[in-house]
Amino acid sequence: MEFTINHQALAYLTAAVLFILGLKGLTHPSTARRGNLYAMFGMLLAIAATLLGRDIQSYGFIIAGIAGGAVIGVIVALRIQMTAMPQLVAALHSFVGLAAVLVGIGTFLHKQEAGLLNAVLMGEISAGVVIGAITFTGSVIAFGKLQGLLSGAPVKFAGQHLLNAILAFATIALAVHFAMTGSLLTLILMTLLAFTLGVTLIIPIGGADMPVIISMLNSYSGWAAAATGFTLHNDLLIIVGALVGCSGAILSFIMCKAMNRSIINVVFGGFGSDSGTGDNAGAQAAEKGVKSAAIEDAVYWMEDANRVIIVPGYGMAVAQAQHSLKELMELLEARGVEVKFAIHPVAGRMPGHMNVLLAEADIPYDRVLEMDEINPEFPSTDVVLVVGANDVVNPAAKEDKSSPIYGMPILEAGRARQVYFLKRSMRPGYSGVDNLLFYQDNTSLVFGDAKDTIDGMNSALKGSGH
Amino acid sequence: MPETLDPSIIALYVFVLACFIGYWVVWGVTPSLHTPLVALTNAISGIVLIGALLVAGDPNAGVLIQFIGFIAVLLASINVFGGFLVTHRMLSMFKKKK
Repeated sequence: MEFTINHQALAYLTAAVLFILGLKGLTHPSTARRGNLYAMFGMLLAIAATLLGRDIQSYGFIIAGIAGGAVIGVIVALRIQMTAMPQLVAALHSFVGLAAVLVGIGTFLHKQEAGLLNAVLMGEISAGVVIGAITFTGSVIAFGKLQGLLSGAPVKFAGQHLLNAILAFATIALAVHFAMTGSLLTLILMTLLAFTLGVTLIIPIGGADMPVIISMLNSYSGWAAAATGFTLHNDLLIIVGALVGCSGAILSFIMCKAMNRSIINVVFGGFGSDSGTGDNAGAQAAEKGVKSAAIEDAVYWMEDANRVIIVPGYGMAVAQAQHSLKELMELLEARGVEVKFAIHPVAGRMPGHMNVLLAEADIPYDRVLEMDEINPEFPSTDVVLVVGANDVVNPAAKEDKSSPIYGMPILEAGRARQVYFLKRSMRPGYSGVDNLLFYQDNTSLVFGDAKDTIDGMNSALKGSGH
Repeated sequence: MPETLDPSIIALYVFVLACFIGYWVVWGVTPSLHTPLVALTNAISGIVLIGALLVAGDPNAGVLIQFIGFIAVLLASINVFGGFLVTHRMLSMFKKKK
């Protein structure tokens, strides 16, 4: 029996269903791994059905490409540290973007030789190439910021929005020209402009807004795949592209809402800075009327507590303190203390970043609660330990109408009996806003590296052995 | 002769309906799995591999076209293999209290 285009279409349909079931699996951690397997199987089916199709006649380049990609992909996926997940994701987004650009240009050259070009097709090619190109350079910039190769601070200059508008307009004009004339030169110019646009769109966005940027680029990579699907009249690409595009868009929306900011404000706002110094933290604290405490004080309050809530932030990831926190949790639980973790939606550098790090440290996911679930529990909590988080517990978001973060939903840590901040310095959070919680009577700051401080708590708890 | 529908219109149907499915499915994803969601959607957007295969797999096209296709296949494959594996690694870490 011959493998016809109809068989191929049925295989693609099955693959699409498997992808949808795969995403559906992420509804709960207990079904998530099965979901991932569904999606893998869908991908296998899609690739096999494509290779069996009549369009593929030569396999040399294909085998070399897949083998090379598999080796690189597997090595990277096995080696990557969980704290570096945002960088990895940014890098992978850039690959999807560049692949979409190459497929668009390759398809154009191919169809040109065969004399099969028309205006609609070239319009679709333009869409795929432009979105792919923006995704590519945008993700490269995001990678650079996350990896610390570029400054995380927003880069702003006069006439920035005007420049972006001109670039966007010129890109669209070239796309129209290309669709009408089929000129290769126009295609190349358009691609170069779109590459530039990707850079100028992402460079003004600060480090604290990375969860939104990652989600947005995730979305773009989906739309790039969908546009490629239109070019090739391939329904599977269109379906997958739409799923991914929606997913990224929804995540962007959730992240923006968690910061009480509009997507427009994030994209054009240039919020946050990396300024401030770490010198003389203790002295600065005293000057500002902030109490600092020793490790032993915090331990004293925690070991007799009924409930301790730990609020992790990006600082936990930087200090790699998640494994020490797991030990702290076990030591406290051995003393009958209930320990929970409270996660703000934008904690860390990508959506759900903290959950993955805590899972890596073997902390059971039923101890890790989202903002809405845990907020009612703070008033009846004895001790809150804030580990490398800042803005997400700042009461200024509720009380100070003039504050830039006013209106942002926060974890209400300040309502607990005692709050201990593990901090390296008096540096404000990424918003650059002073944290009102520091000045509350029930708050003390414990200065030092988060991991060292928690290890110190752990040895104090072991030493006091009840 | 009966009028036939433009294939681009059918593609548009598929696209719009798939957006709705994506919308409903993704809202159901638990926030604790948002990082695996990004990684998984990243892996499946490696589906551009299919487009890359079509560019790389036609021997009648010139070497330049096939080479462009080869690079695209390579990049998309990194996404597919790396994306699924890293998602699997992350999901394996999510455990309930024993």
